[in-house]
Amino acid sequence: MTEIAWIDPLLRSARPQALGALMRYFRDLDRAEEAFQEACLRALRNWPLNGPPRDPVAWLVLVGRNVGLDEARRGKKTAPLPEDDAISDLEDAEDDVAERLDNSHYRDDVLRLLFICCHPDLPAVQQIALALRIVSGLTVKEIARAFLVSESAMEQRITRAKSRVANADVPFETPGAVERAERLGAVAAMVYLVFNEGYSASGGEAHMRVPLCEESIRLARLLLTLFPGEPEIMGLLALLLLQHARAAARLDADGAIVLLDDQDRGLWDRDLMAEGHALIEKAVRHRRPGRYQIQAAIAGVHAHAQTPQDTGWTEIDQLYAALERIEPSPVITLNRAVAVSKVQGPAAALAMIEPLGGPLVSYFHFFGVQGALLAQLGRLDEARIAFDRAIALAHTPAEAAHIRMHLDRLMKDGELWKNNPKKAAGDVGTPRPRTSSV
Amino acid sequence: MLYAFLCCHDEAVVNSWTKEQDDAVLAKRHKVTEKLAAAGRLGPALRLMPTTAATTVRMQGKTGRDPVVLDGPFAETKEALLGFYLVDCASLEEAIEVAKEIGRDEKVVFEIRPVKLYVPKGAA
Repeated sequence: MTEIAWIDPLLRSARPQALGALMRYFRDLDRAEEAFQEACLRALRNWPLNGPPRDPVAWLVLVGRNVGLDEARRGKKTAPLPEDDAISDLEDAEDDVAERLDNSHYRDDVLRLLFICCHPDLPAVQQIALALRIVSGLTVKEIARAFLVSESAMEQRITRAKSRVANADVPFETPGAVERAERLGAVAAMVYLVFNEGYSASGGEAHMRVPLCEESIRLARLLLTLFPGEPEIMGLLALLLLQHARAAARLDADGAIVLLDDQDRGLWDRDLMAEGHALIEKAVRHRRPGRYQIQAAIAGVHAHAQTPQDTGWTEIDQLYAALERIEPSPVITLNRAVAVSKVQGPAAALAMIEPLGGPLVSYFHFFGVQGALLAQLGRLDEARIAFDRAIALAHTPAEAAHIRMHLDRLMKDGELWKNNPKKAAGDVGTPRPRTSSV
Repeated sequence: MLYAFLCCHDEAVVNSWTKEQDDAVLAKRHKVTEKLAAAGRLGPALRLMPTTAATTVRMQGKTGRDPVVLDGPFAETKEALLGFYLVDCASLEEAIEVAKEIGRDEKVVFEIRPVKLYVPKGAA
């Protein structure tokens, strides 16, 4: 690795804590970001010469704070910065800062930084963009590429979002236990949004954006490091790992969707799945189930099955039932219906989703599932209508192409559907886990 | 004399490595370990899962109090790492029971970490 290459992960991993601490200090996001940026530039100059400091976060906070103070004192950004010699007594000061910035402080700093990105006024996409820019430190160009919009459009979007949160007045005092739990819940939901945006893109050409998935996993891991005893954060990380473990098998060489039943299970990442299982085991010991833990458990049942036939659909049905009790939602019922179709057959599943037509009238997966169930029952004309509506609601070309494949099969071998409906219909597919879109 | 080499690293940094960077580190090390393996000097080696997968069991000596099970890695204070066991367990529950059994009546602390990669003795 070149020297710059090894410094980059140091700066990337230090960013949430260092920027969070600088923000608490300056109480201003722009100033904190500028100070952090300058500290990073100095690190790039300084660290290759002197080696990395023992505590990179403390180093960056201290240098960033000094830089920010100097700028404030001079009152203009063009003023020359002090020579690096001026901060040469860093080693001693570093100990000092490290002590004052203990882990519990970082914890609330990072949480605050993430929390301001979850401002309820911001649409989900802007929350994600803001978190990727501020917390993860991705460049506007990288984020623009992930969302397939122009750089200037993304720049505008982020600037608007920032000015929105700048007026939000998130208090800088150490939060109380209730407030901390609320923030953690909002932040977990936002991290899940980042993952979903990567797992099942809401638009554009690409159906999956792996970097977003990886970044959300990094954020969930950071959260769990800061809150090691929270079963729902264990569940969140487990869920992301178990879903992401299937990434390599979810699309074929042409970018077409491969359903769970048809995926090459040899392509699943067993390391990630094993880690997901380990986290579920930890979470279960707390006996405080929640939405992420249950969804992780469902993903875990799928991961556990050596072949599609081995899938524990009865257990999945029960887990979805538990999820419905915690968080009643038509999307969860739709997901449950897929399990029910495996356990009790398509007729029972169809009856179950009947009442969902209203709330899910513009939901792609509803019509995909409905069409597949109708096809399994040999009700081909109705199936075709459902598939047509699904195509009209598809978010990505891969989604549309997938439904077209169903339609082609309907057209070509309508007979096959009647003779061997299960084989022809295949898996009706598991709707994407995005529950917040309804 | 057998020596154990305990690999310590800033975990957040390692988690920030790209796949290529991670592979490069392993490949670099492999050049050394394959020589050791060829000479019959390499024992089992392993890579642990991240500390977020860790559970810590703190035994209470002969006080009769129940061991305390904590989430997360062992945050060292005055205790030092003195040794380790590698045990095949069916579940985390079983692993915790094994720890309680081994450490009965002691004031020892066990950090239980799932193993990500296990390289048996002699393999590089």
